[in-house]
Amino acid sequence: MSVLALRSWLLAEVPGSKGQARCQRLFIGWLAFRRNPVAVIGLLIIVSLILIALLAPWLTSSDALEPNLGRRLQPPGSEHWLGTDELGRDIRDRIIWGSRITLYIVGLVSIIVVPIGLFIGVVAGYIGGWVDTVLMRLTDIFLAFPRLILAMALVAALGPGLENAVLAIALTTWSPFARIARAEALTIRNSDFILAARMQGVSTAGILARHVAPLCMSSVIVRLTLDMAGIILTAAGLGFLGLGAQPPTPEWGAMISLGRQYLIDQWWVPTMPGIAILIVSLGFNLLGDGLRDVFDPKSGG
Amino acid sequence: MAAADSGSTVAGSNLALPPKLVKISGFIASLILTFIGLTAITFTIGRVMPADPVLAIVGDRASQEVYDQVFLQLGLDQPIYIQYFKYLGQLLQGDLGTSIMTAQPVADDILRFFPATLELATVATLLGIFVGIPMGVFAAVNQGRWPDHVVRIIGLIGYSAPIFWLGMIALLVFYANLGWVAGPGRLDVFYDSIVEPVSGILILDAALAGEWEIFHNAIEHLILPASILGTFALAYIARMTRSFMLDQLSQEYILTARVKGIPEWQVIWGHAFRNVLVQLITIIGLTYASLLEGSVLTETIFSWPGIGLYITNSLFNNDMNAVLGGTIVVGVCFVGINLLSDLLYKLVDPRVR
Amino acid sequence: MSSIRRVADSMTDSPLLSVEDLHVTYHTPTGPVLAVKGVSFELGREKLGIVGESGSGKSQTGRAILGLTAPGGEVRAKRLEFDGTDLLHANKRTMRRIRGGGISMIMQDPKYSLNPVMTVGKQIEEAFLVHSNDSKREARRRTLEMLRAVQIREPERVYRAYPHEVSGGMGQRIMIAMMMIPEPSIIIADEPTSALDVTVQLQVLAVLDDMISERGMGLIFISHDLNLIASFCDRILIMYGGQVMEECRADELAQAKHPYTRGLLNCLPRLDGSQDELAVLRRDPAWLEIREKIS
Repeated sequence: MSVLALRSWLLAEVPGSKGQARCQRLFIGWLAFRRNPVAVIGLLIIVSLILIALLAPWLTSSDALEPNLGRRLQPPGSEHWLGTDELGRDIRDRIIWGSRITLYIVGLVSIIVVPIGLFIGVVAGYIGGWVDTVLMRLTDIFLAFPRLILAMALVAALGPGLENAVLAIALTTWSPFARIARAEALTIRNSDFILAARMQGVSTAGILARHVAPLCMSSVIVRLTLDMAGIILTAAGLGFLGLGAQPPTPEWGAMISLGRQYLIDQWWVPTMPGIAILIVSLGFNLLGDGLRDVFDPKSGG
Repeated sequence: MAAADSGSTVAGSNLALPPKLVKISGFIASLILTFIGLTAITFTIGRVMPADPVLAIVGDRASQEVYDQVFLQLGLDQPIYIQYFKYLGQLLQGDLGTSIMTAQPVADDILRFFPATLELATVATLLGIFVGIPMGVFAAVNQGRWPDHVVRIIGLIGYSAPIFWLGMIALLVFYANLGWVAGPGRLDVFYDSIVEPVSGILILDAALAGEWEIFHNAIEHLILPASILGTFALAYIARMTRSFMLDQLSQEYILTARVKGIPEWQVIWGHAFRNVLVQLITIIGLTYASLLEGSVLTETIFSWPGIGLYITNSLFNNDMNAVLGGTIVVGVCFVGINLLSDLLYKLVDPRVR
Repeated sequence: MSSIRRVADSMTDSPLLSVEDLHVTYHTPTGPVLAVKGVSFELGREKLGIVGESGSGKSQTGRAILGLTAPGGEVRAKRLEFDGTDLLHANKRTMRRIRGGGISMIMQDPKYSLNPVMTVGKQIEEAFLVHSNDSKREARRRTLEMLRAVQIREPERVYRAYPHEVSGGMGQRIMIAMMMIPEPSIIIADEPTSALDVTVQLQVLAVLDDMISERGMGLIFISHDLNLIASFCDRILIMYGGQVMEECRADELAQAKHPYTRGLLNCLPRLDGSQDELAVLRRDPAWLEIREKIS
C-alpha cells in the first residue's frame, strides 16, 4: 500500500473493522503526540536507553569493568570520553553497563506494580462496599508512607541488594495505580455495556479482566511513565546510600556515592553518572507528559 | 420568616451533629486508622521480616544476657498479635526502643534531631511557594510561548535530577569554587553550642538570643541545602500551579470576567488564581511532607544533623530500633500533614462548606 | 453619559453594530476550520435572533464581536463597527471599555459562567466598578437595586450568597443584572435559557425583555430554538455551516424562502396534531459552500 493510501485509510471517517479503528486511534494519538516536540525528545531518549542497554557488549571495550590502577582518575579526554574512576575503569563504559541495571529495575518494578495496582484498584472499584473500604485503607496506608524512608526500612530488614531494593521500591509505588484503576472502575461500573455483559452471564472475574481492566490501562500507563522517573531516582537514592546493587556492579547511584570523595579535584567521577540519571529521568518525564497530553489533554494543559 | 426560609444551602441535611464536628471526627478516625496501619507495617518490618528480630535490634556483638533481656521485652515467646499490641502500647507511651548506637532512648535522639529537619523543610517550602507559584502562574498565562517553556524546563530539571547529586554539584560550585556560601553542617565549628537550643531551630534561637553573628553564619549554612530542597519543591509547585491555572483559565467564568471588561491581570489573579488557591493548599501540604523525605538525601550530602541523617546513620550501624523509630515518626508526620491539608481544604472551599 | 448618547443615536438612523463579511478561522493540526464564513448583518435598537444548530457558527459570531475568540482563532472582516468604533483594530484598552460598558454578553449556564469562589454581590459590583469611578458604597447600592430590578426578592441574602447556592433561574437573572449594570448599549445573549426549565425560561426572558425595552438596547439572541426566537425577537438570522442562510422579520417567518429554513419549520412539531409523521431535515451539501452575500 502506498503511503498516501495508508494515510487515508488511517484518517477515514468511519472505520471498517475493529482492527482499523484501533490503528486509527493509535495513529491519531501519534499525530497529537508528534506535535509536541518535547515529548518526542523524551521518546528518543528512552529508545536510546533501550538501544544502548541492548548493544552494551558491542559499545564497550571488553575489559570495561576491570580495575586498571595504572589509569585511575583520568580526566575526560579523547581516549576516555567521560574519564576514569578511582579504580581506573572507563566511566562511559560503566554508565553504558549501568543502563542495563536501570532498565532492569524499571522493568521489574513495572511488572510487579501494574498487575497488583490494577487488580486491587479494579476489584475495589467494581465490587465496592466493604471490600472497597478495606482495600482503599490498605492502599492509603502504603500511600501515606514516604517512599524512600519506607524503602530504607525494608532494606534494613531484608539486607542490601538489587532485588531487595526493587521489592522495596515496588511496595512503595503500587498505591497510586490502585487509586487510578479504582477511579476508572467506578466510572465504568454502571455503564450499559457492563450491564450487558453481566446479563450475558459473564462472571465477575471475566468482566473485570476483559472489560474493566483494559479500559484502565491507558491511565495506568501514563501514570507509570510519569512515576518512572521517581522510581529511578529512588533507586539511585538507595544505590547512593549503598542499599541497592552492591559494588562492583555499575549502578549509577552507587557510582556517585563511591566517587563522592573525589568531587573537588576529580569532579567527573561522581558527576557523570548523575548526568546519566538526569537524562533518563528527564526522558521519562517528557514522555509521560506527552502521553498524558494525548490521553487526557485537559489535565496537563 | 427566618425559620421557614431555610435558605438556599443543601436541602434535607437532617444531621443532628453540626457538620464541622462530623468532619473533624472523621479526620481523627482517619488518623487513627492510618496510624494503626503504619505501625502494623513497621511492626512487620521489624519483627516479622528479619531472620532474628532480636539480633536485628541488639546487633551481633551483644552478650547473651542482653539478648535474653530483649527477647523477653519483645515478647517473642508470645503469639504475634500480643506482640503487636505490646508494640503499639509502647509506641503510644512514646517508647521507641533504645538505640544501640547511642544507648539512648530513640525517642530522645529523634527529638534532638528533628528540629534541624523542620528548619530545612520549612525554609525550602517557603522558597517553593514564593518562587514556584508566580512561576506557575506566569507559565500558564503565557502558555506555549517562551516563558512557559523556560518554566517547564526549570521544573523538569528540578523534578528529574537526583537531589543528592544536585546538592553535590551545588556544593562544588557555590562552596568549593565560588565560596558564596558556607560548607556542610549547620554552623562553623567554633560557633557550636554557644546558642541555647530553645526551639531547636537555629536561626530562630540565634535571633532570639541576639547572637547576630551566629545567626548570619547559620543562614550561610542553611541557604544552600534549603535551595536544593527548595528547587525540588519549586519544580513541583510551579508545575501544579501551571496545571491548575490552565484548567481555570479555560472555564466559562473567565470568559464572563473578560466580557465584563476587567483588566487581564485582575482576571488572572482575582478570578483564576482565587480558584486555584484552595487546591494549592493540598499541594503545599504534599510538598512539605515530601520534603521531609527528600531531606534524607540532602542531609547526607550536607552533613545536616536532621532526622534524615539520623535514619541513614542508624541504617549503616544496623540499629533497627532507631531506623524503625525514625520511620514511624516521619511516617506519622507525613500522614498528619496530608490529612491536615485535606481538612484545611474542606474548611476553606466555599463549595464544600 | 450613556443616556445622552442613546437619545442622540435614536435620532440618527445609524445602526449600533455593523458586521460585514465576518470570518472566523481556527488553525488546527488537521487543517483550518472555518467556523464563520462571511457573515454580515446590522443591529439597531431591536431584538435580533440568530438561529442555528450546533456548529453553525452562531456563538463564534458573538464572541468575535467582543474580540473574545478563543486562542488559535483568526478573525477577519470587511467591517466590524460598534457605535463608530472599529472593533477589528481597536487596542486592548478600547476593547476593555467596550466590553461591559458598550456590549455585554450573557452565557448559557450560570453554574459555569459565575465565579464559584466569589459572592454574587462582589461579582456584580466588580462589573460596575470597572466602568465607573464611584465608591464601593455606591457600587453596593446599585448592585442591590439591580438585583431588585431582575425580580430577586431578597437582594440582601442573594448579595451574600455564592453561585452554587442559588437556583438556575436566579443565576441567570444574576447574570443579567451583572451584565446590565454597566449600562451597555448592546447585549448578546448566547443560549440564555437553554439550561433552564421551561417555566423558568419564560420568567428569565420576561426580565430580559423588560430591561431591554426600558433602556432602548439592542439585543442579539443566539439560540437553537426557532420557536423561541420567532416569538421573542423582531428579526431573525438563520445560520448554517458558518454562513447566513436567510434573514427575515420574525412575523414573516412562515413565508421564509430558503430550503434550510423551510426544512427547519417543517421539523417543528405542532400542537394542532395536523401531522402524522414528523419531518426530518434533509441537508443539501450545497449549503455549505461559501457564497456571495445573500442580501
